[in-house]
Amino acid sequence: MLLLRDKGKDKDKGAVEGTATWALVDRIGLAICWALGLLFCAIAVAIVVYLLVQGIKFLRPEMLWTPAAAGFSEAETGGFSDALFGTLIVAVMGISLALPAGIAVAVWLVEYGRPAPLARVTEMTIEAIAGIPSIVLALFGTVIFSSTALGFLSRTSQGVVFGRSFFAAGAMLSLVALPLIVASVREGLNSIPRHVREASYAVGKTKAATTRRILLPTCRPQVATGAMLGLGRIIGDTAIIVVLLGATQNFAPVEGVGFPLNYLRGAGTTLTNFVYEASPTGNLNQPQKAYAAAFVLLLMVLALNAAVDIVHRRARKVGTWSH
Amino acid sequence: MDPFRSDASLAPPPIRRLKLEDPEAAKEAGEPLAAGNANAPRQSGFTSAKRSIGAPQFSIRRMEIDEVSVHYGAKEAVKRVSLPVRQGEVLGLIGPSGCGKTTLLRSLNRLTELTSSARLSGRILLDDVDITEIEPTLLRRRVTMVFQQPNPFPMSVFDNIAYVLREQGSRRARKKSLEPKVHSALDRAGLFEEVKDNLDHPALKLSGGQQQRLCIARALAAEPEVLLLDEPCSALDPKSTQVIEDLIVKLRDDVAVVIVTHNLQQAYRIADHVAFMYLGDLVEYNSATALFGSPREQRTQEYVSGAFG
Repeated sequence: MLLLRDKGKDKDKGAVEGTATWALVDRIGLAICWALGLLFCAIAVAIVVYLLVQGIKFLRPEMLWTPAAAGFSEAETGGFSDALFGTLIVAVMGISLALPAGIAVAVWLVEYGRPAPLARVTEMTIEAIAGIPSIVLALFGTVIFSSTALGFLSRTSQGVVFGRSFFAAGAMLSLVALPLIVASVREGLNSIPRHVREASYAVGKTKAATTRRILLPTCRPQVATGAMLGLGRIIGDTAIIVVLLGATQNFAPVEGVGFPLNYLRGAGTTLTNFVYEASPTGNLNQPQKAYAAAFVLLLMVLALNAAVDIVHRRARKVGTWSH
Repeated sequence: MDPFRSDASLAPPPIRRLKLEDPEAAKEAGEPLAAGNANAPRQSGFTSAKRSIGAPQFSIRRMEIDEVSVHYGAKEAVKRVSLPVRQGEVLGLIGPSGCGKTTLLRSLNRLTELTSSARLSGRILLDDVDITEIEPTLLRRRVTMVFQQPNPFPMSVFDNIAYVLREQGSRRARKKSLEPKVHSALDRAGLFEEVKDNLDHPALKLSGGQQQRLCIARALAAEPEVLLLDEPCSALDPKSTQVIEDLIVKLRDDVAVVIVTHNLQQAYRIADHVAFMYLGDLVEYNSATALFGSPREQRTQEYVSGAFG
């Protein structure tokens, strides 16, 4: 058999099997895999490079702190500070609801999971939520947040509840992030060998202490991954923003309410919605600002990725058990 | 001459073949051993030196296993086993896989209760108190356990021990105040000299043998009366195994040690008393020299001579 060394670069990978002896079909299959892999890389690189180039060309710093305004030229319409802050607000609200809830659900499913039928139902429910399009969640959200009982979470006038606010959008967006966090944390908990838990019980620790001090700290990388995937979904969502946040171009704070509740109960917008509105299909039709805003979004996502990478790297330094 | 030490200067004795179809022969062979016959060890195939410093100097009964049976659902994993666990000596549990020795070990600190299908009957006493009357977390601090796979927690060497010393889930008790206890636990496990400069290093980056000694240190940090070891050396190389065996023999004066092992040579080397289990039954319980030298039971004879297992 033909054996190839990988040019000495990755010595630890050892010998690479040659394909000379393979059947033609297998060789064609391998070639297609290679081609598709490279194509995928090319697409990803093209998107990032294109957005970087366009973003650097069109993004001016003042856009980050100038709110959008009505006007006839690009110079008069301002920037997208409201959208940027809107994104940050929904991200913080969504993840601060979804992360604790997701971790709690995952811990319950993996460490307790009893009664078993209830656990199965919970599992199925979470999978169902993961599969529901966010526009459907958004519609469901309008029903809930337009109810009189929840009027304190949005604008109310003459007894009619507006039902659109950062509270409403943040709450529904947390549902979008929840299944990803649950799945990731579950995976992390499941990867911890049973004997590690038992080692903690065997020195007299309770299940609660073991979970808090051993299991969850061990799962830090998976918690971070889940949080990042969830945040990505939250800041990328547009349907819930349009339906539950009002998608106004500026903050619309509620009058007669103290800061910061006036903003959180009011309508607003996010970067994704701004990009849509500023794109040629949107109402604003200012593609240059769409690129600038998209560039900012991209930077946020890349920063998230980098943060998760750091957490994973730290965890690798601590090491893991041999199986 | 110490009757519990085989004489290394002598040539390996011939393996005595028992007529297996004749159970009386096996019974007979066991008889003279109880009296501590000096010739007994030489009749066995076990020629390696025993690590014990000698016969136990003293022995205090710590635990009493009384007619204990453990069922997993309909399957009976342990059948009416009675054994004493004494401080001052090492008790070895041997037997082929699936014979219930690990289950028996885990029932001593009620770890079997984590398996929902497990049912235990009979009594286990710790210092004359039924262990079902002791709160499980308290019991498990008095009867600690070391597992087959080295499993330090993913934190520093120091924190692995400190975790045991601190209250449930708490981070309190400052590092400084825990230092003496952490050091002494590491010292008892013979690890302190090797790690004293690296107490902040991640425990999972230690070598396998060091990790397992850290696990022993962790189990000792709770200041237990009984230490359970479930095949502690099976994942280790011979050199680390030797270090840990030496350590176990040293520990027997301070804690009652129960060790489950697949390795008959190991049981012979370190155990003072050995219990042979087969299919849930306790087949034979005797001093290590007697059990390996001239077993009373035919199944024991077959197992220790390598006929099955």
